[in-house]
Amino acid sequence: MSETTGKKTGELLLKVRGLSKNFGGVRAVIGVDFDLHQGELLGLIGPNGSGKTTLVNLITGFVKPTDGRVEYRGKNITGLMPYKIARLGIARTFQMAKPFADLPAYKNIVIPLYSPRVRGLSGGRYGDRDSVAKDLLEDVGFERDSSVTFKAAGSLPHGYLKRLELAKCLALRADLIILDELFSGLSIAELASIVPIIEKMMMEGKTIIMIEHRLRELFRIADRVIVLNFGQIIANGKPTEVMESDEVKHAYLGTED
Amino acid sequence: MALHGGNVKQKRRERIDRGIKVRSDDIFALTSYREFLYVSVPPVAPVILLLALPLILPLYWQKVLITTAVFAILALSWDFLVTVGMVSLGQALFFGIGAYLAGYFDLRFAMPIWTTLPLAALVGGLLSALLLLPVLRLRGVYFSMVTLVLPLMFERTIEATGWLGGTEGLTGLKSFPNIWIESYLIIIALLLVFFGFRRLVTTDYGLVLKAIKNNDRAVMSGGINIYWMKAQAVFITGAIGAFCGAFMTHVYMFVGMPVFALDYSILPLASAVVGGMGSFAGSLLGAFILVPLSEALRGIGGLRTVIYALSLVIFIVAIPEGIFHYVQRKYQQFERWAAVEN
Repeated sequence: MSETTGKKTGELLLKVRGLSKNFGGVRAVIGVDFDLHQGELLGLIGPNGSGKTTLVNLITGFVKPTDGRVEYRGKNITGLMPYKIARLGIARTFQMAKPFADLPAYKNIVIPLYSPRVRGLSGGRYGDRDSVAKDLLEDVGFERDSSVTFKAAGSLPHGYLKRLELAKCLALRADLIILDELFSGLSIAELASIVPIIEKMMMEGKTIIMIEHRLRELFRIADRVIVLNFGQIIANGKPTEVMESDEVKHAYLGTED
Repeated sequence: MALHGGNVKQKRRERIDRGIKVRSDDIFALTSYREFLYVSVPPVAPVILLLALPLILPLYWQKVLITTAVFAILALSWDFLVTVGMVSLGQALFFGIGAYLAGYFDLRFAMPIWTTLPLAALVGGLLSALLLLPVLRLRGVYFSMVTLVLPLMFERTIEATGWLGGTEGLTGLKSFPNIWIESYLIIIALLLVFFGFRRLVTTDYGLVLKAIKNNDRAVMSGGINIYWMKAQAVFITGAIGAFCGAFMTHVYMFVGMPVFALDYSILPLASAVVGGMGSFAGSLLGAFILVPLSEALRGIGGLRTVIYALSLVIFIVAIPEGIFHYVQRKYQQFERWAAVEN
């Protein structure tokens, strides 16, 4: 477990080559190639149904690829079980934030703390993980010992659910964090308080992939953006450059013909 | 009409914690007898009652108590598997495997009871986990279907091949020295399983198991091998079920195909549903209502099953939350009518 210590080493973290997935006759992802370096924040955008979530599912092992290869730190992780990929240090959130509804918010964080990756780090005795979990919740903006920490996760407001998802990724001490539509459904005020958490994660040297529809907010923090359309990459570059591309404009806005 | 305000005031039932509940949640529980009893009687009284029952009951009902305790343990283990999100329709599988293992160890290796019991539990748990390993990936009703079919498959295999005594079963097995050892062994086992499960689900380990039921994908992305966790849960359930089977083998000094009968699958499930799922206390209570009830109805002959089934339906329709949760709510809260504020 090599934990990044805040410096951008620029090491090649993730290498995706020719990644494809067919669901029956539907080609959801077609021959995707890209590299991701340590410390980068990569935005993954594209119209609905363009294959963004499937691409993330392919990388994190929730869906087995039809073809292609994923390497993480030079190790082939194609088709590994999701928990094995998580143990290597790749954490993800889901588009629909579904918490462990019956458990209190802080107990949600105990689950990733129990994984073999970090079990030793948080202390093994009964209750030890609880305090680590509460610390992590504080890091993502839960007020210390406030009632939200102890509330059943199912009854948390939307904004807190998103923070909870972030805390789960932090609990795993992941180096690569994949956020699936983290910003969706958040108010401007909630965004203003969640963006600094992501910026802090960047400062700590985390590498982040964000699937987003809220482009304005994304472009402010993203180093690079990949645009998917019908399962293929149609643009890959700096946010400003990408939005100049005719193909991207066409995919997003359509053209008058 | 009341729907739109009008003259009729709308009312709703309001539930409020009883004063004594609120007080006894606090330090006062230690300063007043009444409050001390309020918190200590519910957990302690059933334990004392269980330990005293064999001394009070006549011989016939003492035997019923033993069967009841066995079904209660099966119900507890069923409830445990549900906490992990696996609905088993085949507790008879675990029970039957244990029963036959004990019989086989006894006859083949002439092992004493105190060896066959733990060994049957251990091997039974392992076998159960191995058998269900391929279906741990299945969710919901698919898992249930397989557990339903497996015990029937075992039953037919034994019948068709004549293995393990075939339709005759295995006879002449060792018995417990006396009924007191029988009774107290199973009651202590019941208490251990009950308090063990209650404790287990509050540990971090139990938390992970509960989370698997809640959202298994999220548990996996937390770096936890959910199939391994599920296999462990099946092992625990299987070992406990197998212990029950092995115990009954030595009570009857016989083991035959009926150990795979549907009763051992359905009754534990019914107990947990009638008593209230998810608390363990409910399963225990359910078994202690249903099994003696079924015994008491024995006298009325043919209509027994009908009356039994009817009372099951009544319980489930009248108290869908389960008897335990209903009683617990009444114990802790009272209800009153309150005006609805618009």
